[in-house]
Amino acid sequence: MDLNLLLDMAASGHGDRPAVSAGGESLTYTDLGRLAAAGAELIGRIGADAVVYVGPSHPAFPVALFAAGAAGVPFIPLNYRLGRDQLEALLAAHPHALVVTDEKWISDLRPEWSRPVTTFLASLQAGESSGGGVPSPGEADDVAVVLYTSGTSGTPKAALLRHRNLASYVFSTVEFGQAAEEEAALVTVPTYHIAGLANLLSNLYAGRRIVYLENFDPEAWLETIRTENITQAMVVPTMMARVVRFLDGADAEVPSLRTLAYGGARMPIPVLEEALARFADTGFVNAYGLTETSSTIALLGPDDHRAGLLADQPEARARLGSVGRVIPGVEVEVRDENGSPTPGQEPGLIFLRGDQVSGEYAGVSVLDAEGWFPTGDRGWVDEEGYLFIEGRADDTIIRGGENISPAEIEDVLMEHPAVADAAVVGLPDDEWGQRIAAVVTIEDDGNGLAPEDLIEWVRGRLRSSKTPDLVAFWPELPRTPTGKLLRRQILADLSATVSSGGSAKAEGRPVS
Amino acid sequence: MLKAGLRLACPDCPIEVVLVKAPTDEVELTCSGSPLVDMDSPRSLGGHPGAEGDGALLGKRYVDEATDLEVLCTKAGPGQLACDGRVLGIRGAKPLPSSD
Repeated sequence: MDLNLLLDMAASGHGDRPAVSAGGESLTYTDLGRLAAAGAELIGRIGADAVVYVGPSHPAFPVALFAAGAAGVPFIPLNYRLGRDQLEALLAAHPHALVVTDEKWISDLRPEWSRPVTTFLASLQAGESSGGGVPSPGEADDVAVVLYTSGTSGTPKAALLRHRNLASYVFSTVEFGQAAEEEAALVTVPTYHIAGLANLLSNLYAGRRIVYLENFDPEAWLETIRTENITQAMVVPTMMARVVRFLDGADAEVPSLRTLAYGGARMPIPVLEEALARFADTGFVNAYGLTETSSTIALLGPDDHRAGLLADQPEARARLGSVGRVIPGVEVEVRDENGSPTPGQEPGLIFLRGDQVSGEYAGVSVLDAEGWFPTGDRGWVDEEGYLFIEGRADDTIIRGGENISPAEIEDVLMEHPAVADAAVVGLPDDEWGQRIAAVVTIEDDGNGLAPEDLIEWVRGRLRSSKTPDLVAFWPELPRTPTGKLLRRQILADLSATVSSGGSAKAEGRPVS
Repeated sequence: MLKAGLRLACPDCPIEVVLVKAPTDEVELTCSGSPLVDMDSPRSLGGHPGAEGDGALLGKRYVDEATDLEVLCTKAGPGQLACDGRVLGIRGAKPLPSSD
């Protein structure tokens, strides 16, 4: 049970369909199979023990992935937006890897092992690699992919995904060949993100054409949906926010778009409600998962979104803010600090179990004796099985002994019409342990909005213990490319601008 | 004991499967009467003359309710899959909404 089995099935079931296109290049499933086999020969001939991909969303991406699988070596996509020093440090960990990369890196990134994406594809197409022996393909227990997690908490960790983890995910969530001939998915998530990998495998197995849009821009994204007749798309919340802002109250006018999935970070409810109104004929899907769980483990589907929007009862409406129910083959358990399951719907630490869950970093498994993976996220499950995520356990603010989830306060701040983005962190405090600090960006000039106004806004909607002690206006908030808040950076910048116990309600600016 | 992820093949027809859900008990998996074999075992792909049913279809999942066994057909063929003599049923498709 390996990834190349998915490709073999796709090539024999729907080989003539277009599999992937970007920038004028297009490959069918049959092409993919042939090029992956040629790539495996190349890997065998040069004796590479891994394939590193440092490049854009391009047809070379699936070719490199399946070539690695066919040669039985791990595939390692790296973030090409990293600084040189970081990239070189990561590359140093894989000294005998074939490096498929963008032209702009090729001149000095280990030239003897490197191939630019275009010549990599062209040489495989020309059959230049033939003559070498074919290495033996990856098997179920072999490492298929190494993903360096986005590392909002500092040093990136190398998460290992084995062939059986990724194949289980696809087998349990996608019906083979389920896509109709005209279906096409627009992909804007980067190659080094688990979502970039998962959508490739899912769409390939479903028989759905993948269209890559390398540089996200709301106008280009909407235009591509119209010109390519896109039926499925996936975005991260920051992209969704940019699209609704671009639309500025107009309908999206994308009749071909059947489902729009979002995930990767927390979606602010006001952005979601605006998007639901602008994409009135499109089904929305919220997907929650982690790199270490081979992508999606819970889904909030189109019916849930409609029910949430129309609901009168607060519990049903609140489900719009959930990540839905766990998918087949995955179990969830919420535990307290001592490791015991929490009673009822009490929040706690989220643990997951299932064949797609790897929970393994550079050879060290963090699964417990019963196979449960500690996600590091806090949340709870409601009486109908809907999973709610509060955020990373590490981000929980403990103020005067009370556990406070930043997300709850961020949601309330985002509901203010003048607030465009918000982050809440805990600043060290001698008296309370931590005090609550909010950093917001405001629309236009905010019409003279003062930090005190937002403090009162929150006090009127939440308990006073959850009211920020300090609100700062910043021009923008630091986020990863996939939209995760860089809370550590916010905390550091904020600590540098406010002295502890100083003028608590002053307007701060980050030091640049 | 069969383990999830294991790939098996029919010795007499092109059918290949992968075990998606391991059975709760020790079982014998057959294809029109021939016990399934490892992928690297010698095979003749002549088929099963006079085999009944629709055969196994590419990408379809087949289940045995008695043992909870589930296999995925990765190569189609004319044979009929069975578990301890019980013909496997085709599992209905209920695709999830596309999330990625």
